[in-house]
Amino acid sequence: MIGKVIDVTVDNVVGEVMKMKNDGHRLVTFSTYQEGEDGLGILYHFDKELETTHLRMTVKRDAPIPSVSGVYFAALLVENEIRDQWDVKFDGLVLDFNRSLYLDPEVTQVPLVSNVKIEPKK
Amino acid sequence: MATTVIPFGPQHPVLPEPVHLTLKVEDEIVKEAIPALGYVHRGLEKLADIRDYHQMIQVCERVCGICSMIHAVCYSQAIEELMGVEVPKRAQVLRVIWSELHRTHSHLLWLGLFADAFGFESLFMQFWKIRERIMDINEATTGSRVIVSVNVIGGVRADLSPEQIRWILSEVDIVEKEVRALQDTIMNDYTVKARTVGVGVLSKENAYLLGAAGPTLRGSGVAQDMRMLGYGGYSEIDFEPVVETSGDCWARSTVRFRETLQSMDLVRQAIAKLPEGELAAKVKGNPPEGEVYTRVEQPRGECVYYIKGNGTKHLDRLRIRTPTFANIPPLLAMLPGCELADVPVIVLSIDPCISCTER
Amino acid sequence: MLFTPTVIKNLLKKPATRLYPFTVREPFPNYRGELYIDIDGCIFCGTCSRKCPSQCIEVDKNEGTWTCNPHACVYCGICRDSCPTKCLHMKDVHRKPMTERIMMVEKGEPPKPKKKAAAAEAPKAADKKAEPAKADDKKAEPATADKAKKK
Repeated sequence: MIGKVIDVTVDNVVGEVMKMKNDGHRLVTFSTYQEGEDGLGILYHFDKELETTHLRMTVKRDAPIPSVSGVYFAALLVENEIRDQWDVKFDGLVLDFNRSLYLDPEVTQVPLVSNVKIEPKK
Repeated sequence: MATTVIPFGPQHPVLPEPVHLTLKVEDEIVKEAIPALGYVHRGLEKLADIRDYHQMIQVCERVCGICSMIHAVCYSQAIEELMGVEVPKRAQVLRVIWSELHRTHSHLLWLGLFADAFGFESLFMQFWKIRERIMDINEATTGSRVIVSVNVIGGVRADLSPEQIRWILSEVDIVEKEVRALQDTIMNDYTVKARTVGVGVLSKENAYLLGAAGPTLRGSGVAQDMRMLGYGGYSEIDFEPVVETSGDCWARSTVRFRETLQSMDLVRQAIAKLPEGELAAKVKGNPPEGEVYTRVEQPRGECVYYIKGNGTKHLDRLRIRTPTFANIPPLLAMLPGCELADVPVIVLSIDPCISCTER
Repeated sequence: MLFTPTVIKNLLKKPATRLYPFTVREPFPNYRGELYIDIDGCIFCGTCSRKCPSQCIEVDKNEGTWTCNPHACVYCGICRDSCPTKCLHMKDVHRKPMTERIMMVEKGEPPKPKKKAAAAEAPKAADKKAEPAKADDKKAEPATADKAKKK
């Protein structure tokens, strides 16, 4: 993957993102992927003069994740999207749609957890 | 002053696609705007679980109709990087030609819709009339007007014959001439300026901090265009990003207008540098385990694909960040302080593509 | 005022549009229009159904039927390009709107199993072979059904 990857944890993620903001980076977006059974990997993509930097954080899906929407306002949409797709909670989200950004209020399933994957042929 | 709440959308004459904004209005001045999405959410990212990586090209094309070609280019580039496939030079340059034709017709469509947003309907029809020539080029060379579907992993599956190239060049000249004839109207006309100059101002710092993309960012004076990365065939082409500094609706429309003319030039450059050779490289096996992060420039701005492969023909994760998704927070920052009558113009000035945003 | 020259030019010219149902533009030769199959050339290999991005084609080798749901077809032309005998074609005009849902079912002559002449147990073997394939289909179905429900 192009760009430098820095590992962060739940405790220092907001501080690291703040550092990136002070360095003049632009928040591009987050990407998420499933990590093990109940984990979630989050990549925070940053851009500065076409140079890419990523912060990687691995969390458990049942514990709340610190929100960076207080640092970058633009993070609110993507954090709400992750909330929709993975049923995780963000601490301190500036505008919480409560899993209804894309989904209807009656939806209780978690869209992106692997449950329909076609197994490779042996 | 009492606050009135006015719902804007999901159905509104100016909106081509459904998005809802809750506007808190005092007198005629908007104080706050809260978005609501989800009217056209299709869950396309999830389809990566049941469609193999070749079939996903057609899915990615349908993320957004109007920039279908460039979505497919971005996805193919990601898979090619993951699998280490070398794309033939001719295929790369052909991708540039169709990408730029897509940018042109997307911008012409937007310029028309924008003219319609401030009530200049004959200008709208004029832009759409010009756009038909580009649609004809797409249809004749690829087989479809909008979803051109020419990308495969490793190259393209359509070619341009010498006659077609000559025809494209002559059509491009006509389009450029006809677009230039409208330059004075869209940039300097009194009524157009009265509706766009100083409306929805986004400062350079705000645009950058709120993560704006594409013409919204460049209209505020930040010279950032993913084509500067020189991905694919763009490495062989002279390219300078178009920048305006005033950050209002006029600047955003001028950026798109000038980009339309620039795209015509890029098509000519690409055709002049079109090498002979293969159309597609052979692709064998499945994408290996690994992650890729690719960015391309779409008509609406920077588009980001993140792909995680797991060694099977089904991808582990496909994440698409479309440009409008990045442009909604800046829109929320533009709206407070504007007049209610200017809201349609400001909403349209970011070129909202909602089914792209929600995928 | 700056638009006036364009207005005057347009006034003096013929309309840019056609009276559509009465005048129809000549189709472009490569247009990806209505899909059809030359069933006599088909060898029922099933490549089209495996490659189709919208999974709208079903091929039954034993029955010798080729079924396509034209309402699910996305007109990408992948099946046409990947057909080994080049028996799939696309017309240069699109399909006319319809008032009811149809399925395109074409019945052809399935290829004779090679062992047929050799021994009587050949059809049994063919049946056995067919069974696991069907089981696979069943496995795939609930998965897609789950997905549909979720949406």
